[in-house]
Order: sequence, then C-alpha cells, then structure tokens
Amino acid sequence: MSESSAATHAGHHREGFVKHYFFSLDHKMIGRQFLFTGLFMLVIGGLLAMMVRWQLGYPEEPLPFMGGFSEDFWDGESWWAQTAPFGIVTSEFYNTLFTMHATIMIFFVVMPIMIGGFGNFLVPICIGAKDMAFPTLNMLSYWTFVPGVLLMLLSFFVPGGAAGGGWTSYAPLAAVPDYAGVEGHWGVTLWCISLFIIGFSSLMGSINYITTIINMRAPGMRLFRMPLTIWSLFIVAILLLLALPVLTSALAMMVFDRLFGTNFFIPDGGGEPLLWQHLFWFFGHPEVYVLVLPAMGVTSDVLSTFARKPIFGYRAMVYSMCAIAFLSWVVWGHHMFQSGMDPVLGTAFTLTTMLIAVPSAIKTFNWLGTLWGSSIRFTTAMWFALGFVSLFTIGGLSGIFMASTPVDIFIHDTYYIVAHIHYVVAGIIFGIFAGLYFWFPKMFGRMMSETLGKLHFLLTFVFFNLTFFPMHFLGVGGHMRRIYNPEQYEFLQPWQEMNTFITMMALCLGASQIFFAINFIGSLIWGRRAEDNPWEANTLEWDAPSPPPHGNFLEDPVVYRGAYEYSSPEVEEDWLPQSVYLEPAVAGEEGHD
Amino acid sequence: MSEAVAMHEESYETPLTPESWGKLGMWVFLVGDAMSFGTLLAAYGAMRYSSGDWPIPADVLGVALSGFMTFLLICSSVTMVKGLEAAQKNDLDGFLRHIGLTILGGLIFLGLQAYEWTHFIQGGLGFAANPWGSPLFSTTFYVITGFHGMHVTGGVIYLACIWFKGRNGAYCGENASQVEIAGLYWHFVDLVWIMVFTFIYLL
Repeated sequence: MSESSAATHAGHHREGFVKHYFFSLDHKMIGRQFLFTGLFMLVIGGLLAMMVRWQLGYPEEPLPFMGGFSEDFWDGESWWAQTAPFGIVTSEFYNTLFTMHATIMIFFVVMPIMIGGFGNFLVPICIGAKDMAFPTLNMLSYWTFVPGVLLMLLSFFVPGGAAGGGWTSYAPLAAVPDYAGVEGHWGVTLWCISLFIIGFSSLMGSINYITTIINMRAPGMRLFRMPLTIWSLFIVAILLLLALPVLTSALAMMVFDRLFGTNFFIPDGGGEPLLWQHLFWFFGHPEVYVLVLPAMGVTSDVLSTFARKPIFGYRAMVYSMCAIAFLSWVVWGHHMFQSGMDPVLGTAFTLTTMLIAVPSAIKTFNWLGTLWGSSIRFTTAMWFALGFVSLFTIGGLSGIFMASTPVDIFIHDTYYIVAHIHYVVAGIIFGIFAGLYFWFPKMFGRMMSETLGKLHFLLTFVFFNLTFFPMHFLGVGGHMRRIYNPEQYEFLQPWQEMNTFITMMALCLGASQIFFAINFIGSLIWGRRAEDNPWEANTLEWDAPSPPPHGNFLEDPVVYRGAYEYSSPEVEEDWLPQSVYLEPAVAGEEGHD
Repeated sequence: MSEAVAMHEESYETPLTPESWGKLGMWVFLVGDAMSFGTLLAAYGAMRYSSGDWPIPADVLGVALSGFMTFLLICSSVTMVKGLEAAQKNDLDGFLRHIGLTILGGLIFLGLQAYEWTHFIQGGLGFAANPWGSPLFSTTFYVITGFHGMHVTGGVIYLACIWFKGRNGAYCGENASQVEIAGLYWHFVDLVWIMVFTFIYLL
C-alpha cells in the first residue's frame, strides 16, 4: 500500500491529453470540469427562461428567429416542428420549459459551479492541502454527474417531452404518468433517474469535502482560521450529506410508483401525496441554503479583500452560517401552508422561518460593517459581490413576507414567489460571477478584462432588477405562477403590458451575458498573464503559482494567522498573507507542528 | 482508499482520523446512508400510521426465520470484530478465518432472504399487491428489505475484496485500518437490519 495514487499524482509527471483533461485526478481539473459543465448548462437553462418569458410577454406568438424555417419544415416530423409547431410554444412545452429551467438552474448550474467547481478548486488549496482526501472518488463524482446531465438533456427528446410537473414534481401529478396529459411517461421518469444519479455524485463530493477539511488542513490552519468560503462549503457538504439521501429515497419511491404500480404517493392505493411534499421540502429547504451559503462565503471573501479590511465579525459569520444550516431543517413546512396543515403547526413553521432572518441579518450587517469606512477597490468581482448583497437583502426581506402564514396564503403560487426565488437563487449567480472574476486568474493563469467585466455587471444588474422587481407587483396583482397564457384571464389583462416589459428586460438580461462569454473565452486565450497574487489577497491559494501545478504549492505552507488580516499595522503593505511568518509574531499564535 | 493511507505521513493540523482518511470518509458515508434508510423508514411509518387496513406484520411475515437471520447477522458482526482483532495482532490465519466466516454469514443471510422472498411471492404477496390488506404493506416490505439486502450484497463483495487482497497479510498489523473501515460498514448494515427487523417484522 506504500505506493499510492495520491503520492504518484502529486509528483510532477506529464500525462496524456485524455488523462489530463478528462480523467484527471487533480482537484483543480475536476473543478474546472464542473465549472465548464455548469456554464454550458447555464446557457441551456437561460435559453429555456427566454422562451418562458417570450410566451408570457407575447402569448402564443411565434418565437423570434422562426421565420427562417420553411413550410416543409413545419409540416415535417422533426423534433422542433412537433414540439413547437410554427415556432409557437404549446402549453405542454411551456410546462416543460419552466420545469426544466428550474431543475437545470438549481441542480446543473448553481450546484456544479458553486460546489463542484469552486468547491473542488478551492477546498484543498485554501486549506493548504495538495489534493482532496480521495482523488479517485473525486473523479468518479464528476463522471457520475455527467450521465445525470446527459439523461436530463435527453429527456427533451423522448415521447411526451421532458418533465412538466414543476421542479417540485408534486405527486400525484408527477406520480401518475397519465395525469401529465402527455403521451409517454418518460419525461418525469428520466427526471427522477437523473436526479437520483446526481445524488450519488453529490454524496461522493460531500465525503471528500468533509474528510479533506477535517483531516488535511495545513499546520496552523485551525478551523477558525479558514476563509469563509471554505467554511460555507464545509457546512454545505454536511447539509448535502444529510439532505440529498432524503431526495434520493423519495425519487426511488416516485419511480416505483411510475413504473411498477406501487402507491407511495397515490391515494387510490392508500398512499399519501403529502408525503412527497414533506420529503421533497425536507430536502428542498436545506437545498436552498446549499445554494446560497457558498455565495455568502465567496461574497465575504471578495468584500473583505477589496475593502482592504478584515471581515467584520468573523466568528459571528461562521456561527450565523451554522445557525442558518441548523434552522434549515425545521422550516420545510413553510412551503406547504396551502397544502392543508394544522394552524398550530403552521404557526410553528412561521416562527422557525422568521428566526432564519436573524442569522441572515447578522451576515448582511457584517458585510456592511466590513465596508464601513473602507477604501474600496471597485473591481468587477467587488461589484458583483456588492450586487449579491443588495439582491440578497431584497430577496431575504420578501422571504419574511412569505414566512407569515396569512400573507403566504394570499401570495402563494403567484409571481411574488417567482420574484423572491429569483432575487435569491438568480442572485446567487451574482455570487458565482464574483467568484469567477475573483478566482479566474488563479484558475486559468490569465486576467479577465475589467472593462468588459464592469460593463457586464452594469447591464446584468440593471436588467436583473428591471426583470424581477416588477414581478412582485404582478404577484400581488394575482398573477399565478405557472400559467401558460395570462391573456386568458380577464383580471390579468391590465397587467399584460407589464408582462411584455418584463419579457423585453429579460431578453436584454440574457443578451448582456454575451459580454461575459466574450470576456471569459477571450481572456482564456488572450488574457494578460496573471501574477501569483493579483488582488493582493491573504488566503493560501494566492501563494501558489497561477495556475497552480499538481500538488498546488512549491513548498508546503504553514499558516500563522486568520484569512482577513488586511491593513494590519504590523506590516507596511495593506495585506498580510496567512502563510507569512513575522519575526516577533503575536506571542503563542504560531501553529504547532 | 489506498491513496488515503500514504497521505498521513505528512503533517496536518489536528486530523480527526490520522491513521487513515478512509475511516472518516466511511463514517461520513454512513451518516448519509443512514439518512436514506431513515427516509424509507419514516415513509413506512407515515404510510402505516395513516392506513386503515395494515395487517399485523408477524401474522403475514412470521418472525421465526427473520429472527434467525437477525441472530446470524449479529454473529457475523462478532466474527468481524474477531477478524479485525486478529489483523491487528498480525494473526493472518485468524484474520482469514474470521473474515471468511463473516462473508459466509452474509451469504447465508442473502440466501435466506431470497428463500423468504420467493416464499412470499408464491404466497401472493406481490410488489404492489397484498391479499391481507394495504398494498403498501408489501411494497414497503420489499423496498426496505431489498435496500438492506443490496447493502449486504455490497458488504459481502467488499469483504471478499478485503479477504482476497489481505490473504498474504497485506492488512495485518499496522495496515489493519482497512479492515476496521470495512468493519464499520458491516456493523452499520447489521445495525440497520435490527431497525428493519424491529419496524417491519416485530412492531
């Protein structure tokens, strides 16, 4: 056993192309694989959203760019001609669009980029380790994820189309193939199997992250010296470990119901449709924090770096993330106020949900405290981090409205909810962009264009708010969440102009991302070479070369202090890396060996 | 998990399981796995609680055979402990004998489960059909015992690999942590069966 794959792999040997780019055991390459897969799915998920918006803004009018197809094409048997005859989104296809948009954005964009991409890239390097605890398992985690992606994409092309029961796939709508009103039952079945598969991928990732962070921190890297990004990923790994098996088991039951005639969620045979909702949201609410916590961690690191100040209340940040993670297990009922619930139980869920506002507010005020009195360097990453904070504040505040049962009964399943989830979940994309602009130099060894980046931020931020903020008004006006054609309802007709406006803004929001694509791809090829520490940041990844070689560090790092010693009076520069040893160091603070 | 063994030579800040990363990895995996079983058992409880025609399990399933299967798995946990002890004491014969007995125990358990399932299916207890009441009674029975049986199958394969790779003494002495990790899994599967036996057969 003396010869281990990790040891060989930490050595400096050349690998073949396939081994290097596809079946790499290196955590950084696996992180990049997750990142690229996630960005590819972001394009797909974004295009689905554009089609959803088109249908709402211009109901049952042909999609743009459909004039190029001939009459013969629409008469033909091709997949597109059948799915969207004459370029018009059918009601079945519309259900598929919003279901797959949400599924893809949550499971195939935010999770792989944040947890698979940033997590894999940053966890070992930020704690001073050479790689993950189990590199083979790590590779397997990615290659388990890929079939899940392929099955989800394939499901668009099966008879009846992809899943159309909403991303929550409530039973019995999703449990009984006939109820979906489409020919063929493969859409939801493939949806279940795909998520079932990525459950395993996520489990492998969790095992790796938790073991790595607990066992493999560099000398001196105590838990309370870890950057907040790593703390958030650690907490997220625990949440995923506990939450995703619940979904996996529930999905297995759903597949049995669909394929083998069992009755877990079907009342006819003694089953309980509400059981699905309980299981789904018992997974689903921790999942919300799985998505948002890494964005909070990234934001904390970026804010502190560019404010050139220590993060305000480091321990309070850690404890509030722990509190959010704990509370996320006792709030799932707030998704089910309308499903039939004892009012006493509803009150309990209202109270626990409102409690989450406390640690969330602590985090927000600590971010503001970090910015207070600082001389901010307005880089693109900083702009996106500030964007995340402002969007999260709006999304967090609208969440308090929904936590209250009487208010929720009124706005449940309206566009108010859509506005809220997009301020939170699509706001997370701002966290992703902040992280990408921040760590791109380390990941790829080149700088991104700041000019294009700031343009990208400005357009994205403006069109984001113009798209999602009016949805609050639509929701209070009674616009239902998942309707196909709002013009069919008399009381919604006065709102149609706002719907059209939102659609125009959403299309602009989508188009603004072209600047990111140009910047990202262009910088990969032509970007200025990045030095090791372009942002003058403290954390260990900036000690390594850009991009870091196998084994990450040229010499094993030793950590002497926390991650946020900016503008320290002990040194002339305004940053003080974790690994720098100061001669008359703070007494007794050196890490033991 | 071989890669984990070599890494512990380097110094790290207070590792929880300095002897092997795999040990912590296995504990983490078992926590996640416990959530899968927990979900199935919770769903079982919800189904049964709300059902009006749930048969008394002992009447339909009987406890004699399953009681013996429980006894068998507990014995296999004992031999697992003995096997680990032998590995730690550098006793290769004892290691191979006891791990072999553990594998045998797992195989007999699986054989008995196959026999039991065949018996029930021939008696009319289908995956989604139950002549004695709620069809969910048989569904949950097959799903939960089947999920556990898959774990036993995985454990038998896992232990067979340990036996085969360790037949020349590779896991004796200082390298016994690999046996310990396999033991963690096996004891977990055993523990889960005691829960399954209690909830599915006894209560």
